[in-house]
Amino acid sequence: MASTAYDNRLEGLAAPHGGHHPSLQHQFDSLEQQKESSTLGMWMFLITEIMFFGGLFTAYVIYRSTLHGVFAAASHELNVNLGAVNTAVLIGSSLTMALAIRAAQVNRQKLILLFLFLTMLLGSTFLVIKGFEYAEKFEHSLVPGPGFQFMGMTYRGFAPDPEHVSPEVLQVGDKAQIFFSLYFIMTGIHALHMIIGIGVLLWLFILSWKGRFDSTYYNPLECAGLYWHFVDIVWIFLFPLLYLIGAHVH
Amino acid sequence: MPEHVASIKMYVGVFLTLMVFTRITVWVAYQDLGAWNDIVMLTIAVTKAVLVILFFMHVKYSTRLTALTAISGFFFLAILICMTLNDYLSRFQLLGPLVPGK
Repeated sequence: MASTAYDNRLEGLAAPHGGHHPSLQHQFDSLEQQKESSTLGMWMFLITEIMFFGGLFTAYVIYRSTLHGVFAAASHELNVNLGAVNTAVLIGSSLTMALAIRAAQVNRQKLILLFLFLTMLLGSTFLVIKGFEYAEKFEHSLVPGPGFQFMGMTYRGFAPDPEHVSPEVLQVGDKAQIFFSLYFIMTGIHALHMIIGIGVLLWLFILSWKGRFDSTYYNPLECAGLYWHFVDIVWIFLFPLLYLIGAHVH
Repeated sequence: MPEHVASIKMYVGVFLTLMVFTRITVWVAYQDLGAWNDIVMLTIAVTKAVLVILFFMHVKYSTRLTALTAISGFFFLAILICMTLNDYLSRFQLLGPLVPGK
């Protein structure tokens, strides 16, 4: 089988319109059709991803519409600077991902490797910063569960006198768990997507190393790029909705 | 391949625009604009998402079928959120008059 693929490749090189391209699967008529199919299939998958995250965003919208003040006060506990830096890091990784695909389009094999590496590096940077943020939440007892303790209700006049905390205020403080549950689930699943994405990019890095991609065939890069940019878009919404809603509350 | 190869300048330009929008959205978040905080914040987020979809995800250069598929995803999302909110936001109004003494 291996020799057949090799022969096909030689044949393809000798007669571009004759033999099959080594990466052309037999069910497709042409590379164009194959690329169109894989892009379409990837978008179909992304629709399911939109609906998957959409359920969480809907939960967020419902709870925020009823617990507006609690969400603003709880959001105040998140680190806007780290969130903003992570936004920049992730958008930067989207740029390097797009440039990796462009490198394949113009047959620059070494540039594919460089940009894939940079994308993985920026993705990992994002996860490390996220890890520090999570650690801070654990330290400040802001992880939903028995140990949850939210002292931020002094904002927005929920507890004007910190010395005299009424049971009502404690109850409202308890509701902040809903915000932090959403925070951990949404950013956690987003981070899981990032980890999977970095795994996929690592695999593509190895394939690129073997010289599998060039201007005639780079569908896997294109599909991984679509996934990576989608994860970026999720963060573009998570950042303002989680970090920024309490920024102007003092 | 008749594939569209976008220029590096375009990619960097989109990246810088996204950075500027990020800076603006952080700045706006510190201003107290009432309900406008959410509106501005979401408008910027949607604009950023559209830029990523059109240029980084190549929807601008893809076939109509792919573009339509992409749009349908967000259409489904709009149905999900709007229908659910229809339910949640109208529940308490319906219950209101049923509470005795009101």
